[in-house]
Amino acid sequence: MTHRSRSLSVAALARVEGEGAMRVTVDGDRVSAVELNIYEPPRFFEAFLRGRGHTEPPDLTARICGICPVAYQMSACRAIEAACGVTVDGALADLRRLLYCGEWISSHALHIYLLHAPDFLGYDGAVDMARDHRALVERGLSLKRAGNQIMTTVGARAIHPVNVRLGGFYRAPARAELAELVEPLRRALDDACATAAWVGGFEVPDFTHDHELMALVDPGRYAIEAGEPRTDRGLSFPVHDFERHVIEHQVPHSTALHARLADRPGRYLTGPTARYTLNHRWLSPVARQAATDAGLGADCRNPFRSIAVRAVELVYAIDEALRLIEAYEPPDRPAVPVPPRAGVGHGATEAPRGVLFHRYEIADDGTVRTARIVPPTSQNQAAIEDDLLRFVQQRLDLDDHRLTHECEQAIRNYDPCISCATHFLDLTVDRRP
Amino acid sequence: MVTPRLAVWKLASCDGCQLTLLGCEDELLALASRVHIAHFLEASSAVEPGPYDVSLVEGSVTTEADRQRLLRIRAESRTLVTIGACATAGGVQALRNLADVEEFRSVVYALPQYVSTLDTSTPVAAHVPVDYELHGCPIDRGQLLGLITALLSGRRPDIPGYSVCVQCKLRGTSCLLVTGAAPCLGPVTRAGCGGLCPSYARACFGCFGPADGANLPAMTARLRELGMATPDLVRVLRTVTVGAPAFARAAAEIEETP
Repeated sequence: MTHRSRSLSVAALARVEGEGAMRVTVDGDRVSAVELNIYEPPRFFEAFLRGRGHTEPPDLTARICGICPVAYQMSACRAIEAACGVTVDGALADLRRLLYCGEWISSHALHIYLLHAPDFLGYDGAVDMARDHRALVERGLSLKRAGNQIMTTVGARAIHPVNVRLGGFYRAPARAELAELVEPLRRALDDACATAAWVGGFEVPDFTHDHELMALVDPGRYAIEAGEPRTDRGLSFPVHDFERHVIEHQVPHSTALHARLADRPGRYLTGPTARYTLNHRWLSPVARQAATDAGLGADCRNPFRSIAVRAVELVYAIDEALRLIEAYEPPDRPAVPVPPRAGVGHGATEAPRGVLFHRYEIADDGTVRTARIVPPTSQNQAAIEDDLLRFVQQRLDLDDHRLTHECEQAIRNYDPCISCATHFLDLTVDRRP
Repeated sequence: MVTPRLAVWKLASCDGCQLTLLGCEDELLALASRVHIAHFLEASSAVEPGPYDVSLVEGSVTTEADRQRLLRIRAESRTLVTIGACATAGGVQALRNLADVEEFRSVVYALPQYVSTLDTSTPVAAHVPVDYELHGCPIDRGQLLGLITALLSGRRPDIPGYSVCVQCKLRGTSCLLVTGAAPCLGPVTRAGCGGLCPSYARACFGCFGPADGANLPAMTARLRELGMATPDLVRVLRTVTVGAPAFARAAAEIEETP
């Protein structure tokens, strides 16, 4: 490899949610910087939430992301209910978990089949992939539909569900309505198990990271709609201390804030691989078998294996949905009252892409005084940049076209959700002699 | 027959409306055999240059760079269709139009100088001519498929201008306003969702924007009779279609004459 100046550029990264770019600076034979430039225009949610009624953030913050609206609704509900001193449990909490399973199924099926698998099979997208592998793409679409059916039955629609409110739901589904989901979910469970075995066999680069892994932990079950933040290196704290431990800071090249853990060396990562590492002991037997079939061990530190983890979570979410439907007894009332009360409340749930934190301060008149939202993609930016730096360093002998292509693939491992983070992707590689 | 070339674009938005296209699980592959998807970044890394027969545009205009991009998209597109509340009315982010954006920027960002944005969030039609509009937050899958089918067969898409009430009647939902159960915006809101919220015992909150000929004064009078307080009335009109002129005017009038 000769020392020379190289400069690569991709106008916009594809098959990610939202818009952004990446800049790589190469000095001779050393990668000196990798920056994710998130240029998704800011929409100022935290600013305009101020002065809104305390019942409004679940519907308003859902609009941050069309792929994970339920995550926003659930974190918002938990935070505001905490501020108002209300706990939602029993059948209503189970219905929330069921709705959230629907979003995990739909989001993971979308990412595995439509956004990520084309990289491993060498296609531009799922439509191209369908020309040679129609049955595979149809299986993915069918899995996605199963998730959407849960969201439609429980939430009224798959994107920006309207049946969610503080305290529970506007209308609780009848047992018979949920029973209609059982057949499609049983077929989906078989498809998901086949998915785990399939993606577990993908050839991946030998690449690992050393980041601290953070996920919610809800002892006794795989964390989805509840739990306390914990890391694989022994840090744990209650949700209301989140802002003491997760420090956000702004960088010039991004409209998404970066985050680090206070007083901890290095970077941290949230999302499916972190969740799996901290939660796998609570997988159901069928999901544990899927993890074995996908070749996963006790932890996952290779970002290229994240697709296998998503497939295992897909199996788990379907299995868990079936369990919740089987056990469902309609609640006495569709929601518990949540009268406004002045105070501060914190909420965190596991969005498909990782820990999503909300904090609201409610004023005496029942309106939102301040709001704070910390989405998973902004927490992960620093770790993604660090991984990409090392990834590019190992591949400097590739030509610019190939290197750019591999960087894009590497970014998709993290399933970045840029609408959420902007608060990404146009790739520029600057090679300096 | 030449296969029509389809492009999908995103401005400031949540991705939910373009996701509606990927949410057509039963129809997506059939559709892909009838149209050539030439540009759809969320779904494919193959990006082909224009011209395009049909461009679907999601999102609102909030930066000068996006405004310039939109001008290029219009110049390259034979038919331009805006999809969703952001593209047709500015979206929920148009709440900034009522506020001081400098102050907004300082609330979210410690170093606001790094963030470039316009003072307003505006619909696509404020910048370029638009051929058809699909409303909703998000758009309705059935309406999207109906629009694409109509364009493929060369006929005018049938996009209703009537109100949600019609869909409630078709669905057989008891009227929340008649029973007094909830302060519903259905009579002034454009149909498209299928009358979803009322069928879940929830008041319509206007996510498809104003219906054609919506009578806002009568609506707001009725909501007041049902006991809705002025701040709540103003806020419900200023939700995801805050920038739609009929809703914006009604909210401003209420604020001026409490």
